[in-house]
Amino acid sequence: MAKIMAMIGRKIGMTQVFDSLGQAVPVTVLEVGPCTVLQKKYQEKEGYNAVQLGFGKRPLNRLNMPEAGHVRKANVGHGFYVIKEVKVDNPDDFTPGAELTLNDLELREIVDIIGTTKGKGFQGTVKRHGFSRGRMGHGSKHHREMGSIGQSAYPSRIIKGKRMPGRMGGNRITVKNCMVIDVRPEDNVLLVKGPVPGARNGTVVVRCK
Amino acid sequence: MDIFKKLAFEHRRMDIPDFRTGDTVKVYTKIREGDEKERIQVFEGVVIKKKGGGLSETFTVRKVSYGVGVEKTFPLHSPRIDKIELITKGRRNRARLYYLRQLRGKAAKQKIRTKN
Repeated sequence: MAKIMAMIGRKIGMTQVFDSLGQAVPVTVLEVGPCTVLQKKYQEKEGYNAVQLGFGKRPLNRLNMPEAGHVRKANVGHGFYVIKEVKVDNPDDFTPGAELTLNDLELREIVDIIGTTKGKGFQGTVKRHGFSRGRMGHGSKHHREMGSIGQSAYPSRIIKGKRMPGRMGGNRITVKNCMVIDVRPEDNVLLVKGPVPGARNGTVVVRCK
Repeated sequence: MDIFKKLAFEHRRMDIPDFRTGDTVKVYTKIREGDEKERIQVFEGVVIKKKGGGLSETFTVRKVSYGVGVEKTFPLHSPRIDKIELITKGRRNRARLYYLRQLRGKAAKQKIRTKN
């Protein structure tokens, strides 16, 4: 079976390890795979070549009927918590129902990690966009407000995309060029240097270069 | 097994003696000079702090060198530490001995622990 360029995983947490020079390296521990191939998608039919992967076991009785029928079509006896697609050149390299592990991932020294950041709720401009704060004392009464948001008679409207308070976090973020520190196929564990978006147990996608 | 325990088991140093704050230790560290040369530097003093747990545990050693207080913080499981020698066991009265920074001479001397 051909190697796959991306795989679904889960963030376990962070720790530190020592590298060959004796330097302490902060690492994120990711559980990557095993992923099951559920469906093949073709250029002719769907408009692109991809395989659909499932990650994380979920019992059959917890699935709704469309999902249960979908996994049954791939001859898998259980459902999945996460189902995502991964683009491949030739979907026929993969068979539905086959299990992919870390060994099937085309790993090099660096990877991209895609995750969803922690939601911060409704936040002001100071936290959300890094605006500077007004002085707290001397009667300024301008503490964490955003200040002027535009001009007067012309253009007499607010320019689109003006940075304002609002929902922060919970976005899909790609961290590019994370260094791979250690690969442990026996535990399905990948160690990458530095932080990764999202909370513990959050779903991540490891994309190889 | 928990992956963190597994990582800690692989990276942790087994040859570190059991010491506490208040103890006097000698820390032998490997210092790299240039590319290939390596020498051992010794730092002897009182442990004033132990911090963190698992692989990220660190400890701080304080000594007075030519009248100037010097503190060094080492990662406990660092491979750059050649060895740690326990010189004397101190009788400590708290977990972090920051008050030693205000003391000089005999007052800063650690009492020796006779029983655990």
